[in-house]
This record gives sequence, C-alpha cells and structure tokens, in this order.
Amino acid sequence: MNRPSRPLRSLRAAENALAHATCAIIIRPLILAEIMVKLLEWQGKEVFRRYGIPLPKGAVVRSVEEVSKVVGTQVPLPCVVKAQVRIGGRGKGGALQFANTLEEAKAATMKLLGTDFKGETVKEVLIEEKLPLTRELYLSITLDRSRRAPVLMFCAEGGVEIESVPDEKIGKVWIHPSIGVVDYEKRLSVKFLGLDGPLGKELSGLVQSLWRVFTEEDAELVEINPLAIAGGHLVALDSKVTIEDDAIFRHPTYGNLKGEMTPLETKAHEKGIAFVEMGGDIGVIANGAGLTMATLDVLLEHGGKPGVFLDLGGTDDPKKVSEALSLMGEANPKVVFINIFGGVTRCDTVASGLVSEMGKKPLSFPFVTRIRGHNEPEGMAILKKAGIESYSDLAEAVRHVVTLEGRK
Amino acid sequence: MSILVDSNTRVLVQGITGHQGTIHTAGMKAFGTKVVAGVTPGKGGTVVEEVPVFDSVQEAMDKTHPNAACIFVPAPYARDALYETVDAGIPLVVIITEHIPFHDMLNMLYYAKSKGARIIGPNCPGIATPQGSKVGILPNAVFKAGNVGVISRSGTLTYEIVSNLSEAGIGQSTCIGLGGDPVPGMTFIDALELFAEDLKTSAVVMVGEIGGVAEEEAADYIKKKFDKPVIGYIAGRSAPPGKRMGHAGAIISRGRGTAATKVAALEAAGARVAKVPYDIPRLVKEALAKGPKA
Repeated sequence: MNRPSRPLRSLRAAENALAHATCAIIIRPLILAEIMVKLLEWQGKEVFRRYGIPLPKGAVVRSVEEVSKVVGTQVPLPCVVKAQVRIGGRGKGGALQFANTLEEAKAATMKLLGTDFKGETVKEVLIEEKLPLTRELYLSITLDRSRRAPVLMFCAEGGVEIESVPDEKIGKVWIHPSIGVVDYEKRLSVKFLGLDGPLGKELSGLVQSLWRVFTEEDAELVEINPLAIAGGHLVALDSKVTIEDDAIFRHPTYGNLKGEMTPLETKAHEKGIAFVEMGGDIGVIANGAGLTMATLDVLLEHGGKPGVFLDLGGTDDPKKVSEALSLMGEANPKVVFINIFGGVTRCDTVASGLVSEMGKKPLSFPFVTRIRGHNEPEGMAILKKAGIESYSDLAEAVRHVVTLEGRK
Repeated sequence: MSILVDSNTRVLVQGITGHQGTIHTAGMKAFGTKVVAGVTPGKGGTVVEEVPVFDSVQEAMDKTHPNAACIFVPAPYARDALYETVDAGIPLVVIITEHIPFHDMLNMLYYAKSKGARIIGPNCPGIATPQGSKVGILPNAVFKAGNVGVISRSGTLTYEIVSNLSEAGIGQSTCIGLGGDPVPGMTFIDALELFAEDLKTSAVVMVGEIGGVAEEEAADYIKKKFDKPVIGYIAGRSAPPGKRMGHAGAIISRGRGTAATKVAALEAAGARVAKVPYDIPRLVKEALAKGPKA
C-alpha cells in the first residue's frame, strides 16, 4: 500500500515508511519523538467552520500589505493580531497583539511576521475581531489511553493553561466510540458549566459538532480554549486540532503539513529509516523501538554516551543496511554499536549489508556488532569470512563499545 | 497448561496470500501451530503453505472450525477484517497489522467486547505457548517450554528477553506481545488476570516501556490482587523526552508515564525491576527461590 509522503508524528511513521519500502512488517511503535500533524490555529478554524462551529470574523495575512485589504472590511476594529505558531501560551509570549486602528494592526503584523517563538518562525498572522467577552470556558475531546475511550472535557475556567486547573474543576465524560455523545452527556456538560436556556442549547450543538470533527477528521485532539461567551453566544476564540498520523491516508490534504526534524533526520526519513540525534558520541543501529531504547539504557548504565540512534525496523534488504551505515557516517560518531535481534529482519541480511558497505569504502568509524536471532549462524558465517567479530553477550559488547568511545 | 493458546488452537490467517501472511503461516506451522484456514477475498479455492484459502471467514468457519485468528491485512482494511472474524464467532483475534488508526481500533475493541471476543494487538508480534501453539510472528528459535509467563509491549526486545531466559534455562508458559499502540486490545492487567489462574505459570516477566500509563495501572493491580512473583523491565530510561500530545493529553497522564514513575510503581507493588534486560533471568531465579514480593 502506498501512502502519501507526510510529516512524522513519531518514529513509528518512519518505521512505517520502511515497512512499505521493503514489504516487511515492523512490529512496534517508537514513542520517542512526537512529531505530529498539529494544525495551526487558522487551519483548525477552517475545519471548525466546515462543521458549523461559531468563530469570530477573521482573515489570514502573510504580508503587511494584505492587512489594509482585510481590516475594516472582512475584520472589524478593534482587532487581535495572532502569530500562527504551534507553541502554547501565546498570550504570555507576546504572540498576540491588540490593535484599535488599521495602523496599529499593520504595526503588529510587521512585528510578528518573521519573529521566532521557541524556534518556530511566524509566516502567517491571523487577524480577528476583538469581541467583548462575558465568560471564557474550556472544551475538548481527546483519547483517554488509560480508559481506552474518547473523553469529552469541559471546564468553566477557560483561557488559562488547562494543566494549571485542579482536576475537580474539569468535567469529564467518556464517550462510546460507536454511539457518540448522547443527550444526557450533553446535559451533564451544560449543567457543569452553569449554562441554561439558549446557551445550553448552543453548547449541546457545539459538543456534537466537536465530536464530528474528532471522529470524521480522525483527530487525536480537538480543543477550544477559550470557548467564549460574547454577545450572548458561544464563540470559539482559539482552536487546537491534531490529526492522527496513522489516519492521514483518509485525509491526504493534511499530508503535506510539516513536522520538525533535523536535516539528517529528514534525510533518513526520505530513505525510510528512523533516526534520532541526541548529542552524545556513540552511534546505535538497532531494530525495533524497545530494543533500541534498551540498548541506549544499557550503554548509559555502562557510562557510555549515546549520540545518535537509528532504528532499522524490520527489513529483508541489505541495501537498507548499507544506507543506514552511510547515514550513520554523516552523524560523525566516535564509535558505532550495531545491535540487531532478528525476527522479521534476518541476521544474514544485516551481515551482508555491513560487509558490502565496507567493501565500497572503509567506514569512518570503529564499530562493534551483535547480531542475533533469525538466521544467526548464516549471519555469523558472513561476518567471520569478512574478519568481523560479533558478540553474543550484550553486556560484553557494550563494555567494548564504551572502551572504544573512551579511546578515541 | 498455558493461557489463551495451546495445542488445541486452530488458527485462521486473514490475509494469508500477502507476503507477510504467507511467510508467517509457514513460521507458525514450523512452530507446530495448527493453521487450518486462510482468508483472502477473491482468492478462495487456492492453497497457501498447504492451507486452504477461503473467500470469507464464515466459509472457513463452516469447513475448518478455527478458534483463533491472525490478521495480517493492511491497516485500512483491518477494521473490516476484525468485524468479519468476530461475526463468524472466532473468540481470539491476534492483529499483527500496524498503523491502524486509533479511531478504528476503538470501534473494533468495543465491538469485540460486545461479542465476547478478545483482541491481542494491534501492532504486536502475537502470542506463543512453547510446545503448544504460536499465533503471530515471534521467532520460533527463542522459546523454551517452562513456567514463566512473559507479557511485553515490545517486539524485538521481547525476543531478546525470551532468548535470555531460555539460555539461562528458564522456560516460558506463554509469551504475549501486547503491541505498543495507544489502544491495545489486551492490556497488562488482562494478561496478568489470565496468568493468575494458570497453574503452570509460577512467575511473570513484564516488559514495559515509556509512554502511557499501562505499567502503572498494572502495578496497582499487582499490588492489590496478583500473588505470583513479577519481574519487570522498563525500556527507555535514557530516551529523550517526547513532545506532549497537547494540553488535553497532559491532563490525562498528569505526571505519569515516564520510566521513573513506572519503575517506582512496580517496585512499590513488590515487583523486582531489572535495570538492564540481561539482569532479568537472575531476578526470575531469585523470585522463584524466595517468593513473590521483592
């Protein structure tokens, strides 16, 4: 099955790319680097609009020139000028500016465009009407992994970081995934938030819309914070929408939204190899997330400093192994530890990939190998013929790696 | 004895004609598993690895009476495959397929529960009872029959640990790979409940990893209800912290989910926790000699 190229929520996705490249099944996910399809505020609001969730009047601009086209026409004054970045706490960080006149809106836009917020550069600004608020609430739906159910959460104190709100002030309802939010659950949220009359009705409708966004868009998280009461109606002042990476095949339009990776991580991704840089000096090539993490743990336990790790996943292609080694060379490690336990991956595949890469040009780093599991004798034979020693004991192999690290 | 699978298990393979389905059907048969049927719509009447292939699960059910299924079909079709398998009355379904959207898995899980069926996986290596039966893709060579149960969220790390146990002379009753997905069909607690009742299992090795709170919840269960010795290992103590899943996700975990919290919870429950995987066999021997709580 071919899937569109897309950002990685996690290394699992890179493993996936590899799986499809080699027709191998890879067994498990990595949870190390969470890089997901997190929509910008305006993108989330576009989704909300399609589902009838009420929003303030607003427009996105990408240059100061565009401001005069929208302010006063599409967007009434006074207005809020909002940097479109994915970081939280935008209010405190200066990413939100208020403007009473067109000139102020232009100045705010000029100030925000190109500004860096925790490593994220502002390329777009959302300008919205500033509404007179009477209350700010909180509403979200996400997956509760512990209960293995979607959870609807609501809180009467919106507009602040929800983590800072004590648990008992947050209402929760767990939703049956196939039935959806039922009426009594909506009534619970209305009562919990102290709403009544038309506002209660609006909230019920809004909960239903949010549930539709959550399920129909395959979201991991849909959050409205704050959900404001302005002019006697509910309005979504902000949006946080994260799309589940594994469901992108149903939503190809989300596929080209960018995640965050280092250049080398990007290169590895293009080759279908999961690769993470950590900043020590030992390179690790392993297969599978659990074994990769355990290898790092053992290295650390012996005083080693793992710097970059590369998860081969499951492969039956020696070329993939060669590519992994050449990528590893670019990361410039002091020593490389190849620790493979073959299940789907065969030991002889890894061994011949290693030998063939060494035949092309000498490796720029010393390495230690431990290759065990499926077709182990065949793999050992290939390594032995090429004069490579392979360890069978993990602790022994790691001690050797750490000695080499110290020597160089 | 063992849990869930044994020599009476009759396996149906969904997606048997695919690359992985075929390879691992051969692997299961080599292990000694009775693979009685395969299903691939449109390929009915063919034979793969001497196993008859049917167009639908119901046909396979009528003719070969499987009591377990192993699903290899690609993620977009896995939900349908599960519904079909459960509707045909198969009570145990192992899903190897990875990258099934969690929204699909939620629906699959609730459906299976409503029909009294059990799911292992998805995104898992499966389950194996040495000298009994294997449903999945675990490498045959690492196992040795014995009395230690193994439950793991990992794949290759499970093979590593099971192989360490076997080399140390410690055999296994049943080994289960739960898979690492956010919505697993089977949890540590489900597996522990079964091991608690299994007369042949004297101790359980639990292999967890960072992320989620499944290990912490299992620790609560062990503390309150589980009397057999538990030996734990948590992978990822040195892993760089991942970004959080937004504010709403952070509320749900509320300070849980790190290697430190998992190790602490297990130790508080009386489990012996290994710092490195190769320390597990020693701790198992110690637990079997000295009794359940560390």
